[in-house]
Amino acid sequence: MTAVEDRPMTAGPAKEVGQARKRKEDARLITGKTTWTDNMVLPGMLHLAVVRSPVAHAKLGTIDVEAARSAPNVVAVFTGRDLAEEQGSIPCAWPVTPEMVNPGHPSVAVDEVNHVGEAVAVIVARSKTAAQDAVELVDVDYDPLPVVLDMERALAEGAALTHDHVASNESYRWIFDAGEAGTGSSTDEAFAKADVVVSRRFVQQRLIPAFMEPRSTVVQPQGDNYTMWSATQVPHILRIMLAMTTGVPEHKLRVIAPDVGGGFGGKLQVTPEEVITLLVAKRLGKPVKWTETRSESLMSAHHGRDQIQYVDIAADREGNVLGLKVHLLADMGAYLRLVTPGVPILGAFMFPAIYKFPAYRFDCQGVFTNKTPTDAYRGAGRPEATFAIERIMDELAVELGMDPLELRRKNWINADEFPFTTVAGLEYDSGDYEQATQQALELLGYDELREEQRRRRESNDPVQLGIGFSTFTEMCGLAPSRVLGSLSYGAGGWEHASIRMLPTGKVEVITGSTPHGQGHETAWSQLVADELGVPFEDIEVLHGDTAISPRGLDTYGSRSLVVGGAAVVNASQKVVAKARTVAAHLLEASEDDLQFESGTFSVRGTPGSGVSIQEIALATFAAHNFPDGVEPSIDADATFDPVNFSFPHGTHICAMEVDTETGMVTIRKYACVDDVGKIVNPLIVEGQIHGGLAQGIAQALYEEAVYDEDGNLTTGTFVDYLVPSAADLPHFDTGNTVHEAPGNPIGAKGVGEAGCIASTPAVVNAALDAVRHLGVTDILMPLTPERVWRAIHRGGDGGDRATAGTNAYGGAQTETTAGVSTPESRLGGDR
Amino acid sequence: MTQISVRVDGASYTDEVEPRTLLVHYLREQLGKVGTVVGCDTSNCGACTVHLDGEAVKSCTVLAVQAAGSEVTTIEGIAQNGSLHPMQKAFHELHGLQCGYCTPGMIMASIDLVGDNPDPSEHEVREGIEGNLCRCTGYQNIVRAVQQAAAEMRGAQA
Repeated sequence: MTAVEDRPMTAGPAKEVGQARKRKEDARLITGKTTWTDNMVLPGMLHLAVVRSPVAHAKLGTIDVEAARSAPNVVAVFTGRDLAEEQGSIPCAWPVTPEMVNPGHPSVAVDEVNHVGEAVAVIVARSKTAAQDAVELVDVDYDPLPVVLDMERALAEGAALTHDHVASNESYRWIFDAGEAGTGSSTDEAFAKADVVVSRRFVQQRLIPAFMEPRSTVVQPQGDNYTMWSATQVPHILRIMLAMTTGVPEHKLRVIAPDVGGGFGGKLQVTPEEVITLLVAKRLGKPVKWTETRSESLMSAHHGRDQIQYVDIAADREGNVLGLKVHLLADMGAYLRLVTPGVPILGAFMFPAIYKFPAYRFDCQGVFTNKTPTDAYRGAGRPEATFAIERIMDELAVELGMDPLELRRKNWINADEFPFTTVAGLEYDSGDYEQATQQALELLGYDELREEQRRRRESNDPVQLGIGFSTFTEMCGLAPSRVLGSLSYGAGGWEHASIRMLPTGKVEVITGSTPHGQGHETAWSQLVADELGVPFEDIEVLHGDTAISPRGLDTYGSRSLVVGGAAVVNASQKVVAKARTVAAHLLEASEDDLQFESGTFSVRGTPGSGVSIQEIALATFAAHNFPDGVEPSIDADATFDPVNFSFPHGTHICAMEVDTETGMVTIRKYACVDDVGKIVNPLIVEGQIHGGLAQGIAQALYEEAVYDEDGNLTTGTFVDYLVPSAADLPHFDTGNTVHEAPGNPIGAKGVGEAGCIASTPAVVNAALDAVRHLGVTDILMPLTPERVWRAIHRGGDGGDRATAGTNAYGGAQTETTAGVSTPESRLGGDR
Repeated sequence: MTQISVRVDGASYTDEVEPRTLLVHYLREQLGKVGTVVGCDTSNCGACTVHLDGEAVKSCTVLAVQAAGSEVTTIEGIAQNGSLHPMQKAFHELHGLQCGYCTPGMIMASIDLVGDNPDPSEHEVREGIEGNLCRCTGYQNIVRAVQQAAAEMRGAQA
């Protein structure tokens, strides 16, 4: 990448949008002048430590807190019984069906614990060390109950129950049938006439978001008002939900997300610890801080993914796809948190992906287990869907003896078919899959690598080479409020912005979308600089404080630029419209005769006349000479509610070396071309793609949250949960095509999740392509050397011994993946 | 309690500390040097990396009493006379950070790496910073930044 000068060197109105502006945010982040929540110190502040359950499922007996209560510098100890009246239940905002079972989620367990790591008591002390020391002094009687860990077993007749008071371990069943919805035809008919059916059981292992900044919350009481600082992605949602949960009225509660160190969905939550910190501060009338350790974070902050996917695909002999059936088991964990049940539903519409399926059926069961609750993790439902379809397309290609790319090409939506309504009823906005694919093939050096693959195969090289594709799309810009309503989600999907024109000509932009690494302050400044014609440096972006930015729906689902940025642009345009009236008055001209260029209004055909929008800001402040009947303000607000989602797409290609003697896999080259619509800042877009790739590749190769047979998380530290380091990841070759989104004034489609959604199947497809000639048809993720070696040398999917005695999928308790029959299809295929 | 004297970012401090106090907690809680952060509890993530007598250490793996009589440099002490250290500048210019939580440790580790190896290859940078985890960037821009800063630091020495 070439370095770009901070200021455009060309004369005239160089556009900010499209420039690789270096980030404003960096100034404080590279110098340590940061405002992480844990940095906060307030007079008289008390510290919390949480006593957590070491057992996965038990009735709570006596909790003896006397020793802890009398320990040095301990101020108070609370159990769930002490807080039961006030704590309510952690809210679930997405009851996906009317019948959905929600067992209720106390912040501190009252009668029963349902996963390891659940809070059972809270210590309040004058120092963090005193609080942590006292955790050891709490004596809890646990009366063990059967532990439910495996989803397939959990749904079997007579299975033990995750919660004492539920009738079964199924939370809900949610079905979308394109035939019934009128968006496609019957899958039964499609499968009946198919020449080929391929069925697979794929496993989306459980992952942990593992944001780098551990969660932290500080609450300061001020009379009957409370200010909460929290490491959250969602200060606005948090405020509303805390008000509804704890009874602290919404107008008495201010929530601030200061600098937040990553989220990836993991901080899209209303956490037990936020509720606890608020309630303790309220009880004691003192400022209170809670900061988690990494080990606490890994076992108690929500997890992601964790699905078993039964996928059936039907095609004719020529490779035209005829139908797709998906049956999901989605692990909820022990409780439903903010959007736990909705995550698989976000994926429901994306399994057909970029392919023209005439028939589609999706059937999902949400299943309770005695594990940490799951919820949003980068992509939330869409990576799971993309993995399933991109893996089964490869399996179908093998069955048909077709090139995997030719099969995709034969079935994907062509560039001239946009807008295209899919079998799932979504209207894809724009794109060109062929163009992105061609560019990615060139970036990879495809022909040479295929040739090398052939040579290695012929010479029986111990290191084999494979090439894997993922031609993905995703659904971004969450979300049209009406669509969310139709899916029973508990809020809208709009976003809000305000522009404040300050007397000195500086501009404050207030956004409801709160960042935690995405670079909003820079990108929003670029948008506003172009709209208002004011210098980039004269713009300050304010966010993440419900008192400063009162309206917002926060940051997730690649929505910030697409929805929040659109609101910023619309508000800017309202400012210009208001300023035009003032300019006409000051210039003694008709508004119709004014032109607005580079921040200055002038009368057409009258060179030299002109007044800048920054001068108008001062004139508005003074209001001495203002048009009659016009209020003296040019500030403006806008709320943008998208009409449709946006659909980024791209082609990701991975070339993978597999050492057949050791099972070690090494990414030889990774090339991807993403179409994320209009690019506001190419530096930030590239960075988002890189980061997404790292997380998607990590799912394929490194990460898995593993529970042992008693329900203990055995990957509860960074020693065991393998977040990749620089040495574990390859160089990425990235590129873009640009097809603007028609649904928002920027034309952007969203980029935050693309790399993470696209990359996982490309990596696994590549590994399989390297060893398929050795009889390997699937390898469970993550592709550890042991699993790969076993798949090559012992058959199956490599999951037998590696995870025996644990509840990692592929462990002794579950069937192997290859060749499993499913109840969903009755036709031949490759079984 | 044990009394220690330590120089941190050019200033001298004398304090009473509990013997079990980690250097990172001393820096953050007693000195208010909150630019240095804690990311894990197993010395894996490197977010807390500082320089102890010129060598990069994970300050969660050093007791405060072990730093007695030493010179500690944190992310807050590497800019000179108001101008950024070449490593800070390179991280900014090449977008080597997103949320910025790992950044202080990553920058301090990278400065030490370049001290040991003034002209590291991409592979050497990747191996050299593997004790520092970043969840946002995928590392590619960090690697570029370290190499750019190394070039600038070589130039400054010549």
